[in-house]
Amino acid sequence: MEAYTALRQFADSWGLLFMALFFVGTVLFAFRPGSRKSADEAARIPLKDD
Amino acid sequence: MRFGTEIVLVSLAAFAALAAAGLAQDSAFQAHMWVLFFVLLGSAIVLMRNTHFAPAGAASIPLRPDTDGYMDGPVRYGVIATTLWGIVGFLVGVLVALQLAYPDLNIEPWFNFGRTRPLHTSAVVFAFGGNALIATSFYVVQRTCRARLFGGNLAWFVFWGYQLFIVMAATGYLLGITQSREYAEPEWYVDLFLTVVWVAYLIVFLGTIFRRKEPHIYVANWFYLSFIVTIAMLHVVNNLAVPVSPFGSKSYSLFAGVQDALTQWWYGHNAVGFFLTAGFLGMMYYFIPKQVNRPVYSYRLSIIHFWALIFLYIWAGPHHLHYTALPDWAQTLGMVFSIMLWMPSWGGMINGLMTLSGAWDKLRTDPIIRMMVLAVAFYGMSTFEGPLMSIKAVNSLSHYTDWTIGHVHSGALGWVGMITFGALYYLVPKLWNRERLYSLRLVTWHFWLATLGIVVYAAVMWVSGIQQGLMWREYDDQLLVYSFAETVAAMHPYYVVRALGGVLFLLGGLVMAYNLAMTILGHERKEAPIGGAVAQPAPSLQSAG
Repeated sequence: MEAYTALRQFADSWGLLFMALFFVGTVLFAFRPGSRKSADEAARIPLKDD
Repeated sequence: MRFGTEIVLVSLAAFAALAAAGLAQDSAFQAHMWVLFFVLLGSAIVLMRNTHFAPAGAASIPLRPDTDGYMDGPVRYGVIATTLWGIVGFLVGVLVALQLAYPDLNIEPWFNFGRTRPLHTSAVVFAFGGNALIATSFYVVQRTCRARLFGGNLAWFVFWGYQLFIVMAATGYLLGITQSREYAEPEWYVDLFLTVVWVAYLIVFLGTIFRRKEPHIYVANWFYLSFIVTIAMLHVVNNLAVPVSPFGSKSYSLFAGVQDALTQWWYGHNAVGFFLTAGFLGMMYYFIPKQVNRPVYSYRLSIIHFWALIFLYIWAGPHHLHYTALPDWAQTLGMVFSIMLWMPSWGGMINGLMTLSGAWDKLRTDPIIRMMVLAVAFYGMSTFEGPLMSIKAVNSLSHYTDWTIGHVHSGALGWVGMITFGALYYLVPKLWNRERLYSLRLVTWHFWLATLGIVVYAAVMWVSGIQQGLMWREYDDQLLVYSFAETVAAMHPYYVVRALGGVLFLLGGLVMAYNLAMTILGHERKEAPIGGAVAQPAPSLQSAG
């Protein structure tokens, strides 16, 4: 199999799956229970300084 | 000895440039190396005149002591460089606009449109935008990590190295040296040098994050870091080339044909996505909360904004190659990912705008906030227009016309320009320990001059672009109705008005430069505060409290 076809097949199967799952993971992580408090704290980081 | 290593290294580099000029294989390379030689020679002389031979301890006092433990010298220089390069870039923009309207202004060989156009794009994107990004990222990363910049004088190398890159790129264009890749015109040796500077930038930024005292990495730093990392990757891959000679200006790309085209637009569109968007979003997520004095509307939305933008932008490049030799599936992929970008773009815009919720009255009294809000509004508008134009059916009308130019400028002048101006107005009083800006009224002048300039520019380019596209496709008995020259002639009035829009934007930039200079010099203009009295609630509501 030529390199183009192999890479193409990898990209539209495992590569796509990995990226989609990673992205879903970040969304779930952002909205995990209890994240609101830590997010609100993080949002105040720039305001704590001068 | 102060600057000891620097003097030796710069002098050696100057000698190397002189040797390269002697060994040059073509006259353009020779001229370019002479330019480099004189720039480095001048730098070495300036360094030598500022040296002294006191013991090492006394020699380490910076030009201007930083009271709060942060390293702000490169940020101060960066703010001034941003302002100056901005004026240069806008001025060259007006020149190229006039050259299109009046071709007699093409002064050959150095100042014809083919050379001044990349001079304009690089000056505004890399010199103005790049300096703004480097300066603000150095400022923001220190404040949000509560740590001094990593690497000592490496930050100074990043600043001065980047200026040298700009000078080499700009003089190269005027001498006719180009590898003719959009937004990446500098030839191989300038590209190699920029790679070194960029790696140093990454080290300074990452090192500062590594030694942060704040446990959480604030979202602005994520955007800045993604910008630095992605630009490094794009720059290296897009510029893979084989030089004809180590002492010649010409090189050949490693890619050919449609692969080369796709590599270029993978780079080109992500230069927009990661240089002109991600980096400036980092600016938005720090300077808007600071100026409004409220935390960002939704921090969790900003995290999703970040990851969605990163995952989607990188695939959007093929929309620049609709109806070309690029495989159909790749074109469709580029289009689909561009349309999906609506979500993070508008999520980010809402996040930026809603940060003002509960403080909307400040729009009336604070022209800096007004500027930032306009920037975010233009971010929303141009990232709505972009995906629209990436749809194949729309693209068949819009591509290669002035509509694209108008779109780019609503993003570049409206979003990138305005958010940068807002950040500069915030930074200058802070960096030079001034009570306030020289004049808020002048900020209002700048706001309206720039806004009017952008609106004139974008509106005129819509009209001319759509007219151009329609004239090109007009058929009559299977023959084209208009010759190409006729469509060019029809554009003349629009080009004149477009130049006028550019002049207004340039005037706004000059007003800003004056205002910032007076602030740095410590002047304060006596003027009535903006907005007058604050509206009072009705008496019945007052007594309730």
